Amino acid sequence: MTTQAIPRRRRRPGGPYPLWFYLPGAVVYGVLFLAPTFASFYFSLTRWSIFDHSFIGFDNFVQFFQEPALVKGFTNTFVYAVVTSVSKVVLGFGLAVLLTSRIVARGYLRSVVFFPVLVSTIGVGLTFTVLMNPDTGLINRSLALLGVEGPGWLTDPSLALLSVAMVDVWKGVGLATLIYIAGIVSIPQEYFEAARVDGAGSMGVLRHVMIPLARPATVTVIILSLIGGLRSFDLVWAMTRGGPGFTSDVTASVIYKQYQAGFYGLSTAGNVVLFVVVTAIVVPLFWFLNRKEVER
Amino acid sequence: MTGRRNKNNHWLSTVAIVVSTVVFVVPFAFIALTAVKDQSQAAELDFSWPRNFQFVENLVAVVEARDYMLIIAFINSTVLTVCSVALMVLLSAMIAYVLARRRSRWNGLVNFLVLSGLIIPPAVVPTIWVLQGLGLFRTMPGLILVEVAFGMSFSIMLFRAFVSTVPRELDEAATLDGAGPVRLFFRVILPLLRPVAITVVVVQSVTVFNDFTNPLYFLPGDDNATVQLTLYNFQSQLGTRYNLLFTNILLITIPPLLMFLFFNRRIVAGMTAGAIKG
Repeated sequence: MTTQAIPRRRRRPGGPYPLWFYLPGAVVYGVLFLAPTFASFYFSLTRWSIFDHSFIGFDNFVQFFQEPALVKGFTNTFVYAVVTSVSKVVLGFGLAVLLTSRIVARGYLRSVVFFPVLVSTIGVGLTFTVLMNPDTGLINRSLALLGVEGPGWLTDPSLALLSVAMVDVWKGVGLATLIYIAGIVSIPQEYFEAARVDGAGSMGVLRHVMIPLARPATVTVIILSLIGGLRSFDLVWAMTRGGPGFTSDVTASVIYKQYQAGFYGLSTAGNVVLFVVVTAIVVPLFWFLNRKEVER
Repeated sequence: MTGRRNKNNHWLSTVAIVVSTVVFVVPFAFIALTAVKDQSQAAELDFSWPRNFQFVENLVAVVEARDYMLIIAFINSTVLTVCSVALMVLLSAMIAYVLARRRSRWNGLVNFLVLSGLIIPPAVVPTIWVLQGLGLFRTMPGLILVEVAFGMSFSIMLFRAFVSTVPRELDEAATLDGAGPVRLFFRVILPLLRPVAITVVVVQSVTVFNDFTNPLYFLPGDDNATVQLTLYNFQSQLGTRYNLLFTNILLITIPPLLMFLFFNRRIVAGMTAGAIKG
């Protein structure tokens, strides 16, 4: 046979790894993800209804940044993403330190903290809507037992968004904790011993060993929770539908509302805005955080 | 010294157990308790022991509601999850295999597209426009392909890391034995990817099963409702029948709970994959 006649090193270029293996995945991805993403740049510049679309320039974006309801959704997106990310980093790290220390019932604690990650967001949202009811909700009743008058978590316009963010943290902190645990466990034991020999107390170990060496975990947690937080829709929609009024709207819920109302062009403009925001924040951050790592 | 430390740890452990139980277990206990109460007691919405257990009645009522909508929804969700995850695993494993093994000028582009898929929020209405053009809007195959397109990036990342741990000598040996690329992949490589394939299956199943946004946009309508959509619509239709609402939530929590009980380690492995490399 001819193949055996050719010396072993001179096989076909690429060897037994055909490029057409990319093809099926590339078609699905290209048609249903890439093409719509590119199309969105054009459609965001049109007035678009079910039947036709006409080019109107940047009017959609002007409207997006002028109408108070839409601007509120835009700023809320940042508040929501920052609040949830910071809380997940701080609480996740704290819990991970606790759960890697010598403590009873570690397995129970890990499971309990992690399980909400796997539960349906809608289920969690509806449950907490009931728990956060200002009069009949379990949270305010418990606070009343302690003599504190609980606020209207989801009915107070200045609090609604933060309440939803709190539930997001409740549901998502388990993932941050797991990532931190994996990061802390991978720190070589010698560093801890060296620090102890040098006379570091537990705070010293925390500051000079765990926090700097858990940096890859911090990068992962920040990036993941920012991406999730900026795109967040399910939880907001299940708990408040952007209300009261539009005080807890985020960009993703604005996109859905405009879609429902039939303003497809405006909805797509919202999508482009979200695209720009996510890339403008996540890409430089990713680059910056990873670069610092190489320098160290 | 050791004695003091142990004492501290016991104190800390007690606080941790109590706080985590109140914060994380009580909401689930509330779901379970309300799901077995009768309607009048459930409407009180307090954290109390049920006066009379009527879980079976609640279960029957939820299942029968709106012409067995929940059964249809569970069937739809199962079809969606099984088909999209199977396709995702196959397509991502093929891509990750070639990506990890072969150096070509496409590598940079493919890696860039994988990262883009993780970061970029999907453009909703244009996707509907494309689906309509293909005649796939409001159809189950359309939604399945959408889930595949959106979930592929993460799966490729998991597979790629694992493929590089499979020794290349195997490929060479199989090739010398006369196996073509397709046979090499399906008969030799794919079986070796089993551990990571299980991880991908478990993590993506939970994601697709819990997905609310994509069915909401791409598969609207009662005939096709998935469990998440049904749950969302229940809240307005059931009004104050909280026992039924929470029975529904309880039912929807069971599949992820089973996944968690059987595949805890796999899930953890998949979800923390980026933690050490960064």
